[in-house]
Amino acid sequence: MQDLIEIRWHGRGGQGAKTASLLLADAAFNTGKYIQGFPEYGPERMGAPITAYNRISNRPITIHSNIYEPDYVVVVDDTLLESVNVTAGLKDTGAIIINTTKDNDYLKKALNGYNGNIYKIDARKVSMETLGKYFPNTPMLAAVVKVSEIMSDQEFLDDMVGSFKHKFAKKPEVIDGNMKALEMALKSVEKV
Amino acid sequence: MRERLSGNEAAAIAMKQINPDVVAAFPITPSTEIPQYFSTFVSNGTVDTEFVAVESEHSAMSACIGAQAAGGRAMTATSANGLSLMWEMIYIASSLRLPIVMSLVNRAVSGPLNIHNDHSDAMGVRDSGWIQLFSENNQEAYDNLIMAHRIAEHSDVLLPLMVCQDGFITSHSIENIELIEDENVKNFVGTYKPEHYLLNDKEPIAIGPLDLQGYLFEHKTQQSMAMRNAKKVILDVASDFEKMTGRKYGFFEEYKMEDAELVVVCMNSTAGTAKYTADKLRDQGIKAGVLKVRVFRPFPAEEIANALKKAKAVAVLDKADSLNAVGGALFEDVTSGMFVHKIQVPTINYVYGIGGRDTTSTDIESVYNDLREIAKTGEIENPYRYLGVRGCK
Repeated sequence: MQDLIEIRWHGRGGQGAKTASLLLADAAFNTGKYIQGFPEYGPERMGAPITAYNRISNRPITIHSNIYEPDYVVVVDDTLLESVNVTAGLKDTGAIIINTTKDNDYLKKALNGYNGNIYKIDARKVSMETLGKYFPNTPMLAAVVKVSEIMSDQEFLDDMVGSFKHKFAKKPEVIDGNMKALEMALKSVEKV
Repeated sequence: MRERLSGNEAAAIAMKQINPDVVAAFPITPSTEIPQYFSTFVSNGTVDTEFVAVESEHSAMSACIGAQAAGGRAMTATSANGLSLMWEMIYIASSLRLPIVMSLVNRAVSGPLNIHNDHSDAMGVRDSGWIQLFSENNQEAYDNLIMAHRIAEHSDVLLPLMVCQDGFITSHSIENIELIEDENVKNFVGTYKPEHYLLNDKEPIAIGPLDLQGYLFEHKTQQSMAMRNAKKVILDVASDFEKMTGRKYGFFEEYKMEDAELVVVCMNSTAGTAKYTADKLRDQGIKAGVLKVRVFRPFPAEEIANALKKAKAVAVLDKADSLNAVGGALFEDVTSGMFVHKIQVPTINYVYGIGGRDTTSTDIESVYNDLREIAKTGEIENPYRYLGVRGCK
């Protein structure tokens, strides 16, 4: 992993982008990294565009500002491609990961000629097949780990069992489904 | 103990480990989570604190005053307009010499309504007789709270104390932190043994009576002397804290200051961004340094002035505008200290980050660039500047 990885999440209120950024911070923390996970708070309501951020580093992180030139961007809802400039500042050496079923031509066009790598995943399909409900954040969390190689798939899965046990202490019945969602998502990310 | 917590979680856990007798609080963004988490500790029986869910911040501070005067250890948390509503009681807490400890999560005071970070709330009570400690990150918000009672309750001090951290920027950001073992915190903080208190039936006393021309001046001066005494106590407590944790604290942190020519002075989270920027500039051969003020009240004027004497140009960053047609509060204090101690270094002020306006390393770099120009000639065109605002420089 490079010395400092900066990630920006775009989602809509209620989709769990903030939670996903915190879970990613958790997972990276558990593998010994220095981490930051923080949302950009605005007038929050269901469905409104929201942004969250992660910094992950091998060294202590002192910078305290939003991220304007991310290494990776995660788009949890592809309707945002029409309204938010999701590739703003995104490094060409990095990548964007989109939850979508749209075709590659549409995506390339929607990303205004972004020159870095583009990945997509059908997080709805993963979520419906494993959880029976639409929670896109769990598959997207796995997708960004896969693409950014912050940690190995196995390290990630091992750690997430513990995180889910903690997070879902009051509803342990959903842990298995969430783990399956991660496993399936790790295999479902495809390069555009 | 290696952990990852938000600044609010860190503050709540410090309070849990301190286990005060009374916590009285009213929720307000962005500090709401602190009493929220703490009330969970109360209901789970993790602490034996009496939690008073009051109907306003005025009552929160009043309840803390009552509890502390009775002989208990009281804590609270608030932000911005919550602190504004406490205003009357803030002065009463300090003049009654009650060492209440507050976690203040800094937020812009209305209006217009804004929930985001600046320091206008803390600056509004800078002359109220509270000790004010500022925290760069979750770690410092936690450490400062662990040190707070030892400072505030010291017999040479007996003043209330607030620990500040930046709303959202650190209060809602998950970051790495090192926690101290519960038992060590308990031993470090110790038990509160007030010399005079209302529930002592051996010594009936009155607290807060009328105090007119005959004595008020003396009493206020004693408060002022206590604030002066606090300086030594703050350093003594920091020294003990360093023995326990290895983490060193003083009145301020000097980052790459040994040979620094261009210095940025600031408080709270921006200091971290300034350090990052100074590192970047050092790689380019620019002698950049950062002076991060931790102790704003009492103000270490002489020590800061001395720390700046070798600089060629200094920028003081204020996250609150004093609206006085000149500079912000930190700038006034720093430059007044320099003048009194005969330190002549070109110094400018920036008001920045108002209402949560994000302050980036690019912004800080522009400050250092301005300082480079000033250092060349020593000439300052305009000492009262703004950083990151539209339509004004």
